[in-house]
Amino acid sequence: MEQIFFYIFAVIAVVAAVSVVVSRNPVHSALFLIVCLLQVAAIFVLLRAPFLAATQVFVYVGAVMVLFLFTVLVLDIGRETVVEYMHSHAFAAVGAVVALFVVLAYIASRGTITVPQGGFSEEVLAKNVEVVGRALFTKYIFPFEVVSFLLLIALVGAIVLVMNEKGSKS
Amino acid sequence: MIDLALIITIIIMVVKVGLLTMILFSLPMPLTWIERKVAGHIHARLGPFRVGPHGIMQPMADTVKLLFKEDIVPEKADKLIFKLAPLIAMIPAFAVFVAIPVGGTWTVPFIDQEMNLYVTDMNVGLLYILAMGGLGIYGIIFGGWASNSKYALLGGMRSAAQMISYEVALSFAAVGVVMMSNSLSLVDIVNTQGGGFWNWNFFYLPVGPVWFFIFIIAGSAEINRIPFDLAEDEGTLAAGFHTEYSGMKFSFFMLAEYIALVTVSVLAVVLFFGGWNPPIDYTIPFVPIAFIWLFWFVIKVSVFIYMFMWVRFTLPRYRYDQLMNIGWKILIPISLVNILITGFMRI
Repeated sequence: MEQIFFYIFAVIAVVAAVSVVVSRNPVHSALFLIVCLLQVAAIFVLLRAPFLAATQVFVYVGAVMVLFLFTVLVLDIGRETVVEYMHSHAFAAVGAVVALFVVLAYIASRGTITVPQGGFSEEVLAKNVEVVGRALFTKYIFPFEVVSFLLLIALVGAIVLVMNEKGSKS
Repeated sequence: MIDLALIITIIIMVVKVGLLTMILFSLPMPLTWIERKVAGHIHARLGPFRVGPHGIMQPMADTVKLLFKEDIVPEKADKLIFKLAPLIAMIPAFAVFVAIPVGGTWTVPFIDQEMNLYVTDMNVGLLYILAMGGLGIYGIIFGGWASNSKYALLGGMRSAAQMISYEVALSFAAVGVVMMSNSLSLVDIVNTQGGGFWNWNFFYLPVGPVWFFIFIIAGSAEINRIPFDLAEDEGTLAAGFHTEYSGMKFSFFMLAEYIALVTVSVLAVVLFFGGWNPPIDYTIPFVPIAFIWLFWFVIKVSVFIYMFMWVRFTLPRYRYDQLMNIGWKILIPISLVNILITGFMRI
């Protein structure tokens, strides 16, 4: 049962991900990226990580993609052509992608599709949010704080950038 | 291999989802009629009066009209996305209701079976609702963009900016509720408010009412109701993002909008006004407790729906810069301070 669902989600996710790159229209790309992210969220649910799934939809689909779309619409990016990207870096890029796929194939061939349960029992996993929260604020408090500090810096940086622009105009 | 109990669980779930969908599909019909009646009486006129007694068949007539109206797709529109957008707007609006409880666990008399008056009790219920609610915006953006019309595009962009801004405040209000109730599960949130109206989150003084007002302001901005309906500001933007839509596609947008109205009302009840709990616990002999729950749930939700309609025909519309100021410079700072106070109260 779970495997059937996994394959449904996985196939749609891969097709959508390929379509993001293939489609010429940036707005279509954005739509396919949304579909792909939603499928990944569904796979998180299969992995018994509902908190991660909800966060994925909330943050990536709900906020990040809206900003992407907003930018695409404001900047009015035209249809892309393949020719533009055929420059000297193309060979290196293709090489890197092939290498990545080799690594992924190696990992995928060694792994199994269903993940073992891990250190948590089914009852504990039912309270996924509490487990994640407790781990974040006890064991991983240092990286957590570092990440939040980095985000704060990015936030302040964004505001500073906008303010400079305003100052130069007036 | 095939487990009978599992099959029964699945059947019950399918029936529940089907029932919920049917109710939601049919709700906008009476709601449009009520809204127009409320509008009429607030404007000191009668409202729809011709079709049926007191115009009660007006929604039927409108549906027939919308069904037979020519379905126009603009020539320069992005055909695929233009056709998908109403569905993208509608599906999340329905999906939200999966996590919403209308009652607790009820033991059915005679067959002695336990029955949950909700589809699922997710342990991330509130996050799920916020996430799904956030998806509704795509229908508006894609619809506005695909129409290839400047009014529609501007309307879509405005509502995108507005929803991003107010989603922050709405999420903060949800954080406040989670802090007051100690759970993300909506069933647990309602259960902690049981026992009497003084246990409702609204009466968690002094922070409860503040959270409620943040929620209701951000919520009405999120569903594009007056005074925040900048997305369809007819004075400057024609009809906003659905300018180019007609016929059933237009009615899908309207359907999504009405369901969003119901969602915010339901959430206000579940998060702040004790959900299905009556103001004071009581039982009536021979009346199942589930009926009492449903009765109070429907009453409370109706009050909120009426309130939204009342506000709609009472207040003027905000200017765009005022809208942004309210969102970023008033609601969010108040939320931050309120989180601090709530935190100290919960220690």
